[in-house]
Amino acid sequence: MLQALAFYLFSGVLVISAIMVIAARNPVHSVLFLILAFFNAAGLFVLMGAEFLAMILVVVYVGAVAVLFLFVVMMLDIDFTELREGFLEYLPFGAVIAGVLLAELIVVLLAWNFAAGTTVTARPELPPGGISNTEALGRVLYTDYFFVFQLSGLVLLLAMIGAIVLTLRHREGVRRQSVARQVGRTREEAVELKKVKPGQGI
Amino acid sequence: MVLIDFWNWALTALFGEVPYELSWVLGVLTGILLLVLTLLVNLAFILLADRKIWASVQLRKGPNVVGAFGLLQSFADFLKYIVKEPVVPASANKFIFLLAPIVTLTLALSAWAVIPVSEGWVVSNINVGILYLFAISSLGVYGIIMGGWASNSKYPFLGAMRTAAQMVSYEVSIGFVLITVLLWAGSLNLSEIVRQQGEHGWNLFTLLFPMAVIFLISAHAETNRPPFDLPEAESELVAGYMVEYSSTPFLLYMIG
Repeated sequence: MLQALAFYLFSGVLVISAIMVIAARNPVHSVLFLILAFFNAAGLFVLMGAEFLAMILVVVYVGAVAVLFLFVVMMLDIDFTELREGFLEYLPFGAVIAGVLLAELIVVLLAWNFAAGTTVTARPELPPGGISNTEALGRVLYTDYFFVFQLSGLVLLLAMIGAIVLTLRHREGVRRQSVARQVGRTREEAVELKKVKPGQGI
Repeated sequence: MVLIDFWNWALTALFGEVPYELSWVLGVLTGILLLVLTLLVNLAFILLADRKIWASVQLRKGPNVVGAFGLLQSFADFLKYIVKEPVVPASANKFIFLLAPIVTLTLALSAWAVIPVSEGWVVSNINVGILYLFAISSLGVYGIIMGGWASNSKYPFLGAMRTAAQMVSYEVSIGFVLITVLLWAGSLNLSEIVRQQGEHGWNLFTLLFPMAVIFLISAHAETNRPPFDLPEAESELVAGYMVEYSSTPFLLYMIG
């Protein structure tokens, strides 16, 4: 009973906030609704018994990705009237894309076949041997799919380096600190002793 | 959990057979109530100690009027915060402005749900306790960004940006420290980690001591306490993201 209650609560808020993401007029509100949607999705994961996935969803998406979204959206100075000006112009194009996506979804759902012998449950059984699902996931990732896992890590590293290379540039005319020059400075070139005669100055 | 068993036992003794869910709800609710009450009363005295110690560092006396040695100062402040008028700036986004401190306090309190007080005395003994703590503490930044943005004023916004940048960056080092702990314990469950701590004691202490130092430093930065209180920056940004807040919302921020 409690689980059903929690399920309807989470999924209800999830659906409403997902709609509000695209319906909200203020982009900051959109991002906040997106965060709420992520959070409720994590709640649904917990209900399914996938607590590790839920926590990772919160840590990665809500804790890191959405913060960056929020940063960018808040910094941008967005003119709302200007945003809505091109609405009619792009409407047919958007409608075509939406239609294609809907058609694909319908095709997938119609062609969905379960393999013989599978049972559909909301809460899958725990992995055998009494291990938690964190441990089970770790075993699958680091034992069965070790090389694929490492390879995907490499791809991510490559993307990171690529982003840095693309945006890194040394502008001319910017004063920069040169540690080597500061350390290499000697007393002779930094300090000059002058004899000052009284009453005359330099 | 002990409290669920207690309610189960008590209700069965009084009314005969009862559904487990009822005693679960009652047990968890009493657990939360006990925990929050203890936490808040503790917090009142920790705040007082904080003020007293800072005062004596600066050769002042600190609060010493309300109650003996100023022991009741925090409660007096609490009353004062509650009865004052909450001011919402005219240009602020009212809903988010009031939501932000609530989010901050809720997250700060909900992190305690997985902290084991004693054997069997934990509100929720989940398998991924450490990850839950990490997730909740990484959410804390939202209360601050929302507050800074919704105030619709320069200084809170600058303060919020600085706080957010600091919190996000120190989260990484906290994450790595947590990984060393869970590598050692081989479990994400906090009760299990505490049990291992009791078993291995000093071995664990000497091995993980450098990590504890790093954790202490990062925790100070994460919670914006001195010497990492530059987001608050009393002298330049007045109080960072909290400039526009008054009375109860301000109190919620202070507790959070």
